[in-house]
Amino acid sequence: MATTAPVHVHAAPQGFIRRYVFSLDHKVIGIQYYFLALAAVFVGMFLSLLMRIHLVWPTAQIPLFGEIKPETYLTLLTMHGTIMVFFVLTTAPQSGFGNYFLPIQIGAPDMAFPVLNMLSFWTTFVAFVVMIAAFFVAGGAPLHGWTGYAPLSAVPNSGPGEALGADLWIVSIAIFCIASLMGALNFITTVLDLRAKGMTMMRMPLTVWAWFITAILGLLAFGVLLSAGILLLMDRNLGTSFFVPGGLNFTGQLTVTPGGLSPSTTNFTHHGGSPLLWQHLFWFFGHPEVYIAILPGMGVASQLLSTFSRKPIFGYKAMVYAIMAIGILGFVVWGHHMFMSGMSPYSAFAFSIMTMCIGVPSAIKTFNWLGTLWHGRIRLQTPMLFAIGFVSLFVSGGLSGPFLAQPVLDIPLHDTYFVVGHFHLIMGVAAIFGIFAGTYYWFPKMFGRMMNERLGQIHFLITLLGTYAIFMPMHYLGLAGQTRRYSQFTEVAYQTKLVPLQTFMTYAALITIAAQFLFLINLFWSMRKGAKASDNPWESTTLEWSTATPPPHDNFGGQTPVVSHGPYEYSVPGAPRDFIMQTDPATTATH
Amino acid sequence: MGLALLVVIWLITFVSTYFFIAKTWWLPHGASTSAAFIDGQFTLTFILMGIVFVAAQLALGYLVWKFRDRPEAAPVEYSHGNTRLEVIWTTLTAILFIGLNLMGSRVWANERFAPASPGAVQVEVTGMQFAWYFRYPGPDGKYGPTSAKLMDASAGSEAAIGLDTGDPSAKDDVVAGVMYVPVGRQVDLTLRAVDVIHSFFVPSFRFKQDAVPGLAIHMHFTPTEIGDYEMACAELCGLGHYKMHGMVKVVSQQDFDSWLAAREAEKQ
Ligand code: HEM
Ligand SMILES: [Cu+2]
Ligand SMILES: [Cu+2]
Repeated sequence: MATTAPVHVHAAPQGFIRRYVFSLDHKVIGIQYYFLALAAVFVGMFLSLLMRIHLVWPTAQIPLFGEIKPETYLTLLTMHGTIMVFFVLTTAPQSGFGNYFLPIQIGAPDMAFPVLNMLSFWTTFVAFVVMIAAFFVAGGAPLHGWTGYAPLSAVPNSGPGEALGADLWIVSIAIFCIASLMGALNFITTVLDLRAKGMTMMRMPLTVWAWFITAILGLLAFGVLLSAGILLLMDRNLGTSFFVPGGLNFTGQLTVTPGGLSPSTTNFTHHGGSPLLWQHLFWFFGHPEVYIAILPGMGVASQLLSTFSRKPIFGYKAMVYAIMAIGILGFVVWGHHMFMSGMSPYSAFAFSIMTMCIGVPSAIKTFNWLGTLWHGRIRLQTPMLFAIGFVSLFVSGGLSGPFLAQPVLDIPLHDTYFVVGHFHLIMGVAAIFGIFAGTYYWFPKMFGRMMNERLGQIHFLITLLGTYAIFMPMHYLGLAGQTRRYSQFTEVAYQTKLVPLQTFMTYAALITIAAQFLFLINLFWSMRKGAKASDNPWESTTLEWSTATPPPHDNFGGQTPVVSHGPYEYSVPGAPRDFIMQTDPATTATH
Repeated sequence: MGLALLVVIWLITFVSTYFFIAKTWWLPHGASTSAAFIDGQFTLTFILMGIVFVAAQLALGYLVWKFRDRPEAAPVEYSHGNTRLEVIWTTLTAILFIGLNLMGSRVWANERFAPASPGAVQVEVTGMQFAWYFRYPGPDGKYGPTSAKLMDASAGSEAAIGLDTGDPSAKDDVVAGVMYVPVGRQVDLTLRAVDVIHSFFVPSFRFKQDAVPGLAIHMHFTPTEIGDYEMACAELCGLGHYKMHGMVKVVSQQDFDSWLAAREAEKQ
């Protein structure tokens, strides 16, 4: 399979539109995805800022907003979660960096299907526009949370925002699913078919492995979410009853008003649907999704820890098998989100054992990262700082997993801030650290200039301390029984006692959010004014560093690279330099 | 930067761990029969995970400082790993995680696989946007029928849950906005919801269960101490979720009997 790909003579297209807007070049598309995610992350962060302010000063008058009402809070919460999970954590690490660097790292001139690639970006873009549109329609954005549990999400009269806003939310996610399916197919085909001569599977950088397995997860998971979303739309707009049982009463109304897209004007009466069915479908997607968000970050961390420690990655094979194990086990643990849902207690048993099993490959990866640092010569440049931060966060977030995975301990913890702390550390912030690490590392290749180190270090230190200050206390709150998705803590007596800690977290959030502008400034300033980057400023070994900076249109200037080495040959005894690039001729016997 | 990293990572580790050990914020005092076991399992998990947490973070901070690049640094040890080490830590982690899990499953099985004992106090919990109602079947031991058509939330209690007061078995049903239960007796709960999913969560009892529309979920627990215990809705149910709380009053059997008798008397 590892044949030399025919050298397409790719002439760079002329004209602004073909070059930068509807480009077929995977590098441009990667950057488009990246900037879409960057816009989304600032929207999502702004929403979280409003939430944090409302939580501790519920009656505060916010400029232009006025006072935030409880339902508005839930709207912010829903949109924050959805935008962050889909348009940031799924978009930047996989579609952004993956698009740009996967073809180059395997020595291909482009993705397997460039047109499909362009389509998947623009489809994602449409999904984002539709999602944002939900804010502006009558009734506003939905309040049902990113998990959209039925019947809350299925019945328009269950609350404000559940009319047209909720329909747009579902439509947006459905469009996003289609885009992700296209992207996944493209990634998988590219890895299987377009590897350069000598780039065997077991010589692929761990980033490529991560993108590859993530694409497979996406292919299997997004199809299910797409179907679930269509069923939900049908329940809302055509009066089917997949998720809504009969005999309900919504504050006096026995029938259900049709959704905002419905051709029907008469109310629906539902019979026999199952709210748990939605949860099963959603989490069948949802658990793999959390790994979709984190696997690329794991790939980046592995790549960077090895590169900046000037040492081969500890246990390359184990790392590959761990990614695969996570990918497979990730599909059989979804029930751990449903221990309290009324699902059979026997199945909870099975799900919890499988969940504990998935902790094992996660732990292996951590040990191997530490093993990589051991006896290395660690260059503490900004990309490496974020990779180290990633490991720290992954450990902290991962270790709360075995609490939640035990059904008896999940009884007090489920739907409390403990869970919010768990997934923000491991999925939210760890994945964001992966994105930052990737940005500082690949920026020179993408834009031909270096980012500012000093600004990067300050950004790193504030962000690391800040995220711990925000998310570690959530574990304490959860232990004390603070329920999640409460718009204020004024009503339940035992919870009002916890407000001081919440206040501390809000201050920490203000500082951490402010620090993100350092990153933004660094990014845009360095694009124009940064020091010129050489072709291989970090002395890395993988293929993107053996081509020009920025890479030419077909990546390797009409040549097809030939690979003779594994991806992480650092400090090989007897070698002339402390690294052997994958494309270096096979003189020294290495893996 | 190496030293800064070490200091920051160690600081985060010590501060985080301190608040767990000091129990500045912790599970509320347990007041049900399963609380002791759950808290024990919690402590055990906490100690084990805590050791891993501290060890891994301290190692991370130490390694990046110790092996930082500097002129006098030792040469890199060229190595692709160590299979024996990997087998060891994989096995240890697997035993640790799966062992913990098996230990914890006993109480889960006791509480959920077996039905409530015959002498248990029957209480039906109904969640709706945004209130809880508690129903006692009365001397006949049977809940009367309810119907969505009869529900009138503004009229409260019986009307709110749509009790069909014409039915003989409903005549002695008591519906209350506060949950009373006798101490030391098992409570046989039936959980229902009339609109969206809600969740019945009493932190002190280490008890939580979703109430799902279309399902009648059975669950049981035994309160062990007299007192007032707050309950909070734990499943997002709409704009009033944050104020959908309630009170569970655990009283002596005598007080419970007289409370229930008084409610029955009010009905006549
Ligand atoms: C050691 C490995 C892990 C274990 C044992 C574990 C276990 C769990 C369990 C049992 C829950 C459900 C808790 C509840 O709702 O009551 C949960 C929630 C969650 N986990 Fe993990 N987890 C692990 C790793 C991860 C990773 C790697 C990610 C993401 C990258 C992740 C993301 C999430 C998210 C997003 C939720 C909450 C979703 C929600 O309710 O909104 N977890 N985890
Ligand atoms: Cu999960
Ligand atoms: Cu609620």
